[in-house]
Amino acid sequence: MSAPSTLGTREPRPQLLDVEDLHVSYGAITALRGVSLGVGQGEVVALIGANGAGKTSTLRAISGMLKPRSGRIRLAEQEIQGLRSNLLVPRGMAHAPEGRGIFLNLTVLENLELGAYLRRDVPEIKRDLEYVFGLFPILRERVRQQAGTLSGGEQQMLSISRALMSGPKLLLLDEPSLGLAPQVVETIFRILREVNARGVSILLVEQNAHLALNLAHYGYVLETGEVVMRGQGKALLAAPEIRKAYLGE
Amino acid sequence: MPAWLRGLVPVLIAIAVLAVLQLLLGHLPFFVYLASIVGVNVILAVSLNIVNGMTGQFSIGHAGFMAVGAYTAGKLSFLLKDVAIAGLPAVVSDQVQFLGTLLAGGAAAAICGFIVGLPSLRLRGDYLAIVTLGFGEIIRVIVQNMEVFGRALGLSGIPQTSSLFAVWFCVFLVVLVARRIVGSTHGRSLWAIREDEVAAEAMGVNTTGYKVRAFVISSFFAGVAGGLFAHFVPIINPGSFTFVKSIEVVVMVVLGGLGSTTGAIVAAVILTLLPEALRTLFLQLGGLGAGVSLAQKVDQIRMPVYGILLVVLMLVRPQGLFGTREVWDLLPRWIPRARKGLT
Repeated sequence: MSAPSTLGTREPRPQLLDVEDLHVSYGAITALRGVSLGVGQGEVVALIGANGAGKTSTLRAISGMLKPRSGRIRLAEQEIQGLRSNLLVPRGMAHAPEGRGIFLNLTVLENLELGAYLRRDVPEIKRDLEYVFGLFPILRERVRQQAGTLSGGEQQMLSISRALMSGPKLLLLDEPSLGLAPQVVETIFRILREVNARGVSILLVEQNAHLALNLAHYGYVLETGEVVMRGQGKALLAAPEIRKAYLGE
Repeated sequence: MPAWLRGLVPVLIAIAVLAVLQLLLGHLPFFVYLASIVGVNVILAVSLNIVNGMTGQFSIGHAGFMAVGAYTAGKLSFLLKDVAIAGLPAVVSDQVQFLGTLLAGGAAAAICGFIVGLPSLRLRGDYLAIVTLGFGEIIRVIVQNMEVFGRALGLSGIPQTSSLFAVWFCVFLVVLVARRIVGSTHGRSLWAIREDEVAAEAMGVNTTGYKVRAFVISSFFAGVAGGLFAHFVPIINPGSFTFVKSIEVVVMVVLGGLGSTTGAIVAAVILTLLPEALRTLFLQLGGLGAGVSLAQKVDQIRMPVYGILLVVLMLVRPQGLFGTREVWDLLPRWIPRARKGLT
């Protein structure tokens, strides 16, 4: 495997997540062949690529939903590969899964309470509840409503809010813009920036390269299970290969 | 009132009520037999509902676990028939042994549940159905071919130490456990798994752990049901624990509404008494002779009736009689209900 081309310089930060040579396969089919990436503290990192490049597999392997065949994953200097999600959530990792994965039959409030499933610090939970209502005021209006009756955008907001309710240091987001109106997507990305400003690191998987790289400090481009390019968000956005392949120019 | 005492109140009430019923009705053999069959089916349905209803996994081998409990408890009782515990009156000694064998039957079934559940519940999807289907058949075939278990002839001569009280106290216990699970964090986790397993996992729910625990609890009670069964029917044979029996329990759970404990109870009672009701109905109708012969065939007519019932149910009320709700959720709104939550 050749080393990926690197664009721009990365702002030095203490490392929060460090993935090294990650291999994942589904039976005989290989999804990831040696993915290495890192997320610094307080950093937004975007993972972009076409369908089937391995973006979701990377995220699922990091959050313990599937077992990598080999490779090393470290969260805050501790090895976490092979640990299941239920052990990673208390260590500060929250995953808002693809397709939102909210409980449609529960109310908005119940969904948010579930986000704090492993926490016992009730006053803090209540404060975080106020915090996410501050981020997404529409959720406060819908608090007693069944989550299934929300619009797509509101469901995505709920999914992100629920992930925030576990009090994470690292937020893994899988395609938050999927199937949403441009205006809603804009709102969501504006709020992600706000969340990040409060010190939460974000690893963002996106098809919408333009949006993702605009928000991200750093980005990785995945192609057929390998990192082919990496670099500063703005630098990637300006690169001709990226403009051609992902931005349709 | 201290908390531990408050927890005991329902148990004490149940003991008192059941003791009175035992005194009033315990001497009517047919009634006791019928009530025991109903009770065993209620235990099976309520316990299966913990897996199929609350957790959303699909197990279709409940008769297998029942068989493990029935044969374990039955064989033990048979071996201990002539043994009495020193210093106790014969009746008391029998009952203590009965209790011991019930627990042994439940434990044996729970161990089988763990062995079957651990590998198959790590996976999502239909694997549990395939594995439990296989398990039920394997148990039946093993029993059919082992001399100790009487092969196809089955076990007879098991002391008939069961009673109305014993069966319905177990019914009470399984309902209590099911209700306590629903109200607890454990129940909420099961519910989350049922609604969306990926999301539950992302929330930090140990999905495999909770699924296996639910499955083991469910298997335990199926074993107890089998143990009770072995102590009031004159003979247990592999024919009582076939795939058809498993499906019967699944039908009860689906009819009652997946996830509804009271629904499972109501459905179990209805489906167990249905053949008896049909029999009486045919006898009433048939002074002509046709009714009598129909009445004799009720056991064969039963299966098509189940089939029709399920088809009608799926057309009219796909969520089952009660859906995920309980009987008291259908009460008028002005009766106050507890609502828990952060705010």
